[in-house]
Amino acid sequence: MPTLRLSVNGKEQVVEDIDSSTPLLWVLRDSLGLVGTKFGCGGGFCGACTVHVDGEPVRSCSTTAASVVGRAITTIEGLANEDGTLHPLQEAWIEHDVPQCGYCQAGQLMNAAALLNTNSAPSDTDVDQAMAGNLCRCGTYNRIRQAIHTAARKGGSA
Amino acid sequence: MNDQYLQDIIRDVEAELETHTMKAIPRRSFIKLTGLAGGGLVLAFQLGEGNALAAQAGSSTFAPNAFVRISPDGSILIYSKNPEIGQGIKTAFPMIVAEELDADWSDVVAEQSPINQAVFGRQAAGGSRSIPSSFDELRRAGATARSMLVAAAAQEWGVSASDCTTEMSAVVHPHDGQKLGYGELANKAAGLPVPDGSTLSLKERKDWKLLGTRVTGVDNHALVTGQPLFGIDQKIPGMLYATYDKCPATGGSVRQANLDEIRSLPGVKDAFVLEGNGQVAELMPGVAIVATSTWAAFTAKRQLRVTWDESGASKDSWSGSVERARELGKQQGSEMIGSKGDVDETYSNAASTLEGFYSYPFLSHATLEPQNTTAWYHDNRIEIWAPTQTPQRGISSVAKILGIAEDQVTLHQTRVGGGFGRRLMNDSVCEAAAISKQAGAPVKLQWTREDDMAHDFYRVGGFHGLKGAVDEAGKLVAFEDHFVTFSSDGEKPVSGGNITDGEFPAPLLENYRITQTMLPLGTPCGPWRAPRSNGIAFAVQSFIHELADAAGRDHLEFLLEIMGRPRWLDPGNTRTLNTGRAADVIKLAAEKAGWGKRLPGGRGLGLSFYFSHAGHFAEVAEVSVDDNRKVTVHQVTVAADVGPIVNMSGAENQCQGAVIDGLSTTLGLGLAIENGRVQESNFDQYPLLRIGNAPKVDVHFIQSEFAPTGLGEPALPPIAAAVCNAIFAATGYRVRELPLLKEGFSV
Repeated sequence: MPTLRLSVNGKEQVVEDIDSSTPLLWVLRDSLGLVGTKFGCGGGFCGACTVHVDGEPVRSCSTTAASVVGRAITTIEGLANEDGTLHPLQEAWIEHDVPQCGYCQAGQLMNAAALLNTNSAPSDTDVDQAMAGNLCRCGTYNRIRQAIHTAARKGGSA
Repeated sequence: MNDQYLQDIIRDVEAELETHTMKAIPRRSFIKLTGLAGGGLVLAFQLGEGNALAAQAGSSTFAPNAFVRISPDGSILIYSKNPEIGQGIKTAFPMIVAEELDADWSDVVAEQSPINQAVFGRQAAGGSRSIPSSFDELRRAGATARSMLVAAAAQEWGVSASDCTTEMSAVVHPHDGQKLGYGELANKAAGLPVPDGSTLSLKERKDWKLLGTRVTGVDNHALVTGQPLFGIDQKIPGMLYATYDKCPATGGSVRQANLDEIRSLPGVKDAFVLEGNGQVAELMPGVAIVATSTWAAFTAKRQLRVTWDESGASKDSWSGSVERARELGKQQGSEMIGSKGDVDETYSNAASTLEGFYSYPFLSHATLEPQNTTAWYHDNRIEIWAPTQTPQRGISSVAKILGIAEDQVTLHQTRVGGGFGRRLMNDSVCEAAAISKQAGAPVKLQWTREDDMAHDFYRVGGFHGLKGAVDEAGKLVAFEDHFVTFSSDGEKPVSGGNITDGEFPAPLLENYRITQTMLPLGTPCGPWRAPRSNGIAFAVQSFIHELADAAGRDHLEFLLEIMGRPRWLDPGNTRTLNTGRAADVIKLAAEKAGWGKRLPGGRGLGLSFYFSHAGHFAEVAEVSVDDNRKVTVHQVTVAADVGPIVNMSGAENQCQGAVIDGLSTTLGLGLAIENGRVQESNFDQYPLLRIGNAPKVDVHFIQSEFAPTGLGEPALPPIAAAVCNAIFAATGYRVRELPLLKEGFSV
């Protein structure tokens, strides 16, 4: 089985003996130990597995690892700065106490970060459209909206 | 099938609280333990009439009890004993201790306590009971620690302890204002006797500094940076990855499976059949696949071909049940649940009578973290990492299944990616344990979403044939409910499918009759956020509005009239309905939502009330419906009385979340079951509410002086009727069947 060379959070990672059908999600979680990216549905319906590939939000459960070789993959573990300074969205998430169970929030944050990269001052409608693919079973949507606006005001595309 | 077992669980889940409503919580004493590795001193928490065991060893750490450990560096570790499932308990419990301790919250480190019944008593998340059942004992834990720190400082200064005060993790000198930090006092305090808890006075509410404020969740930093907190995140050396395939109709067993073929697939280490113990909440028959990665296991599972023996399996049909219930609903039920007065006589003298048949479907819990457990069986013992709501019950079940003693089972409680009642059952825990033993290796069992939808303990569907009467003055004078529910043993309803004659509004009326008929069911059911209440509230609170409308009355005024003068339903039991508290939240919700305001055509306000889990809740939904029957919920106003609030941020979050959860089910969720099989398999067929359909939810608390009660559930029941009453106000169309998507609405 093939060996993959992936760029994850700025680091080159070599993953050996990987079946070519393996979704990026399971390479991140099982092979690389980056378990912040979550498994929710396996079908791209819930967004819990959202990561960035070249800055674009991607459902890692429905994207093979082989298809993103040579591209820049960012996971929730790589959203903060290397010195540990949090991304404005992460700060806003804490300030607004967004999480309940917290399981979906990594995916929410990654999708929100991609939104702010392309729209630095989104309206509620923009937020609702951009975040439509991310389910929160606990229903924290009111606070997700507020936190995205707060982060945007603080220059959220950091 | 297995219904007795499920009923036992439910009874367990409800028993402790019942006890607490009937008598005072037995006072627990705090003891110090010695001889622990590292020489530290630990004051542990003891059940019952224990003595204050106060021995000690040389110590660099002061730990007044199992909830608190104060280190010389000033850090204050506070254990939260119950599972964190998103209800915020890991933040709320330490806050309660910290308040009485007068700790600076920034010094506090909150941790999940070990699972140990002897030390911590009952450890479970369910029934919105954590706060009411632990509030006083946590306050006493904080007060005990504070008292010892004060005594230490008083000795140091040669002053009277009663003259010292505390603030922000320090004892303050009575005269010169100098301070000794808790860290500085920890060693000295560790050498002092443990005070008798009954001699300690607790703070008056007006003196609270931390409780009632907004505190962000203690795990939030770890959550937003993707740290491994959940069950699914666990990894142990040499771990393999497992799946488990069960019959899609509950109760089927394995007749034949292509195990040789599966074993030959890439990455597969083993595949085998487990017979199970026949308990659906523990271990049912199935095929386990053990592989080198989750993906290898999932891929192999798709190649698995099992011939099931379905002779004993469920043959349930939801469509058949609906048809049968519609017929039954036209008459009285076969079983009398309770009655008072003369209902039939009242009907014949009434100004008007009204009937309505209501129904709601089965629901899945759909926790976003699919069921999983990591287990490592070796040398006749087992270690488990599990996202469960009932870890102690999990330990018992695993010990039983493996035939080992309970003290040979260690269960590490992980954070839980959504509970909602699903994880009161430890089926995945039992499966992982059995698979690890058979495979001879540590395994992580991972269910797929499809497994999770197919094997739940569902919210049971139900039907209500309702009838009521109003007199000449437009007053509600008779109420009747024929509840058509389900039973798996023919004797009692399934979990979450029961009703009592304490159900609102019966106990407030002179004439009522509640009857029941049970249809047979093989599908397993269990508690789903606000069990029972989540369905009944939709039917009854909608019908109350129908009656108000039939009487030509304003819904608000009609509802307040039913409440009548302020009183407890069961005087002396403060966990029962209080009509005064009810009236207050109803009036507050109406006021905040602008009840009576003029709205454009196609837009309306709907009101609903419900009392559950000792919480009084009223909700108003503002809804519009366009010409294409597209429903928009613009805003929801919640008014609640659950006594004093512990964490304002967490409390609001629970209410908002419960409203969104209830709205999600109202708008779009329902399961079809045919030939014993749940037809929906993933979120494309089970449309949980998304952000674009989430209204603004405003929450208002009446912080009454009564004991605080739980918030995980009681905000959910009123929302369905609030929305459907608003749809009626907007359109004149009465929704009597959920979900709305199946009633021809869109969102």
